[in-house]
Amino acid sequence: MARKITIQHQLGFTLLAWFLGLLMFFPIFWMILTSFKTEIDAIASPPLVVFSVTLENYIEVLSRSNYLKFFSNSVIIAGGSTLLALVVAIPSAWAMAFSPTRHTKNVLMWMLSTKMMPPVGVLVPIYLSLKYMGLLDTRFGLTIIMMLINLPIIIWMLYTYFKEIPSEILEASRMDGAKLWQEIIFVLLPMALPGIASTMLLNIILAWNEAFWTLNLTAANAATLTAFIASYSSPEGLFWAKLSAASTMAIAPILILGWFSQKQLVTGLTFGAVK
Amino acid sequence: MATTQTKTLSRIMNLPAIVLLFIWMIVPLTMTIYYSFQRYNLLNPSRRGFNGWFNYEFFITDPAFFAAIGNTLLLVTGVLAITIIGGVLLGLLLNQAILGRGIVRILFISPFFIMPTVSALIWKNMLMNPIYGIFAHISEFFGVPPTDFFAVIPLLSIVIIVAWQWLPFATLILLTALQSLDQEQQEAADMDGAGIFSKFYYITLPHMSRAITVVILIETIFLLSIFAEILVTTNGGPGTASTNLTYMVYNRALLQYDIGGASAGGVIAVILANIVAIFLIRSVGKNLEA
Amino acid sequence: MGKIHLEKVNKCFGDIEVIPSIDLEIEDGEFVVFVGPSGCGKSTLLRLIAGLEDLTSGKIFINGQDVSNSAPAKRQLAMVFQSYALYPHMTVYKNIAFPLKMAGIDKSEIDKKVKAAAKVLNLTDYLERTPGQLSGGQRQRVAIGRAIVRQPSAFLFDEPLSNLDAALRVNMRVEITDLHKQLKRTMIYVTHDQVEAMTMADRIVVLQAGNVEQFGTPLDIYNNPINKFVAGFIGSPKMNFISVHDAKQLGAFEIGIRPEHMNISKTEGRWRGVVTVAEHLGSDTFLHVKTEGIGTIVTRGDGELNINYGDIVYVTPNLNKIYRFNEKGLSF
Repeated sequence: MARKITIQHQLGFTLLAWFLGLLMFFPIFWMILTSFKTEIDAIASPPLVVFSVTLENYIEVLSRSNYLKFFSNSVIIAGGSTLLALVVAIPSAWAMAFSPTRHTKNVLMWMLSTKMMPPVGVLVPIYLSLKYMGLLDTRFGLTIIMMLINLPIIIWMLYTYFKEIPSEILEASRMDGAKLWQEIIFVLLPMALPGIASTMLLNIILAWNEAFWTLNLTAANAATLTAFIASYSSPEGLFWAKLSAASTMAIAPILILGWFSQKQLVTGLTFGAVK
Repeated sequence: MATTQTKTLSRIMNLPAIVLLFIWMIVPLTMTIYYSFQRYNLLNPSRRGFNGWFNYEFFITDPAFFAAIGNTLLLVTGVLAITIIGGVLLGLLLNQAILGRGIVRILFISPFFIMPTVSALIWKNMLMNPIYGIFAHISEFFGVPPTDFFAVIPLLSIVIIVAWQWLPFATLILLTALQSLDQEQQEAADMDGAGIFSKFYYITLPHMSRAITVVILIETIFLLSIFAEILVTTNGGPGTASTNLTYMVYNRALLQYDIGGASAGGVIAVILANIVAIFLIRSVGKNLEA
Repeated sequence: MGKIHLEKVNKCFGDIEVIPSIDLEIEDGEFVVFVGPSGCGKSTLLRLIAGLEDLTSGKIFINGQDVSNSAPAKRQLAMVFQSYALYPHMTVYKNIAFPLKMAGIDKSEIDKKVKAAAKVLNLTDYLERTPGQLSGGQRQRVAIGRAIVRQPSAFLFDEPLSNLDAALRVNMRVEITDLHKQLKRTMIYVTHDQVEAMTMADRIVVLQAGNVEQFGTPLDIYNNPINKFVAGFIGSPKMNFISVHDAKQLGAFEIGIRPEHMNISKTEGRWRGVVTVAEHLGSDTFLHVKTEGIGTIVTRGDGELNINYGDIVYVTPNLNKIYRFNEKGLSF
């Protein structure tokens, strides 16, 4: 900007931004801090900022063997549903991005509109169908459901990324004698790799944090970390430090994944409508 | 743009996604509509049969129903208002030359990655707890008696929690839009003698309108179905003070085992969502020019 | 080797007929340029030949073989795109090797051919770079390299120079012409730039609204344009058209005079006018002269012409070089 910005202004904005940023981050910071306290310290009044660090909460949460089970359920369901969805979404997005018809826009809008349908509207039949098929509270059942609910977003995102690839390059590969599968594997996918990666990341984040279906369709067997943490809503008493430790472990992978991919996620989540 | 050969192929490649989504949308929806006209309670499964509009009547005349509709809309509009106004202001702030902007961005975006059950529990226990929570300590420090958030202002408390989760999203998207604002246009406005506020109103805001509609569209999709935050904090209470439509249907189906009634509620939720969706897609669809 | 024959080629996009019907015979080894204003269908015609678009009706033969329904890969053609269409994730080497790899040629053979092509195109030092690290001219050469390695029966160029700056464009023009001399293969080149058409082509196809207006050698088209459109399109600056009584005097509905076919004098001549624009290019001088009888005309004089804005000049056409058109715009 040509206009001069005074040092005072810059300093003021910087201080304000840092203050608000720390305020936003405070609940997470406090949770992580609490996870290293003893249960007594956790509810000390006034709250303790200086305390003796302990790892006992983590040890205790981990020693309850089921924590790892919840964790692996989360990984399998988030990862599996994302991979499955990509297998279905890549051809679909390819078709709509590079061979559009009069209906393509409507099809895309329709796909997005399935996302508008409130899950509660189909909770009963999905619940009963899974029960009937014996898929209730199974990883497989939940993976399929998770794939379906995120499929529209994945297709939209991939479509947006594919659209940015000039069709001339794909045509060039056709002229060079590439068959369709060669065109997709050797040209399209490598070029769209950053886009595919951020689509995957976003979808893993959404699936990891999804709560409605995981809470309603799982019990002991396929419950994910979301459901595991929710089980902490009932007990009273000395459990904050352990809750914090469990929560920290539940969010850490996704938080770190998110930090690294935040920029791509924004473009992805807006379907490329905001650049 | 393409030859018949590629066109045919592309139809085939598009088919699995369309079929899957079609099944995913149509089959359960049809079943929901069917159940909504059935007398069907899992506690008493033998007494099944056509029930006419009874489930709908029963669901709509439930005093909780209008409360739930109201709460659903309040939840959506409340969170949208906070996140969009806050997002615009924070976006403007973060667009300034700030020292350590990368780290500040990370601080701001973090709540978006927290799973809803975790964020609801942190807020419920560590911040809003009337005895041990940080907020209680702060009000004691100022000599004000602490508030029992979930008893006194349950819905507002949930709005605050959800807004905390979605404010980063709105901020980041609006910031991205701001960063693409044409510098020369701003300088031209400076030359034309526009002040800060008229520049914001005539240049910045119109430029962000597309981003704002996108934020509204995406947030609405998720906010209409807020569930976990209610489940772990208030369980819809006290009374029905924080029950939204999603929670009410969950309550019917999985706590009262009233499949017919829950289905009727589901159909109503779909209708409500469709009204919102038609309105949104009409206004946003143009903006989403792909 | 590379004889291309179009028979009643027709293309519609939905209800819009882009190419009504084209018959064309391109000889083996010929350098043919499709030229015309934007939207005239020249790129569509090229894409039809390439197989990137379907014919609505008609037939395309390459070396006597009907390829109307063949996939692009089966047509033995190579294409250089306007945007170069290089594979950004592959090195220059892999870009050039790609068509050979697709053809299933073995590695050592590929290596030999890629290195040979790189040598011809001065790319040897850049083989391990990716397209993003190359200049515009180098990218253009990689695109050409990718086209020449598999020795196609014909090359198709779709406005390949339009993304280059002026100086580079002149260089690449010469390089492509040289390449044609070396390879002696059929080349079809699409451009909207009549200078490229005139300088590179063996024969030019002038297209307008999906129709072939004229097909002939550059000089033939320059000297004997078949109608007003071709006359106006080929030549720079544009031909002047005059339809008032001067035309009737010369026995035509309308006449055309090229700027270079006029005499300029400060003292006497056929048409008197005021200079409204004087462009001194050094080698030439272009004058826009506002006359009383025939409107503004553009003339071309030599570089030393000492005439400036506001001067009164007299312009006299060279009557031997006048083009005559009838009511329908056809020359006679």
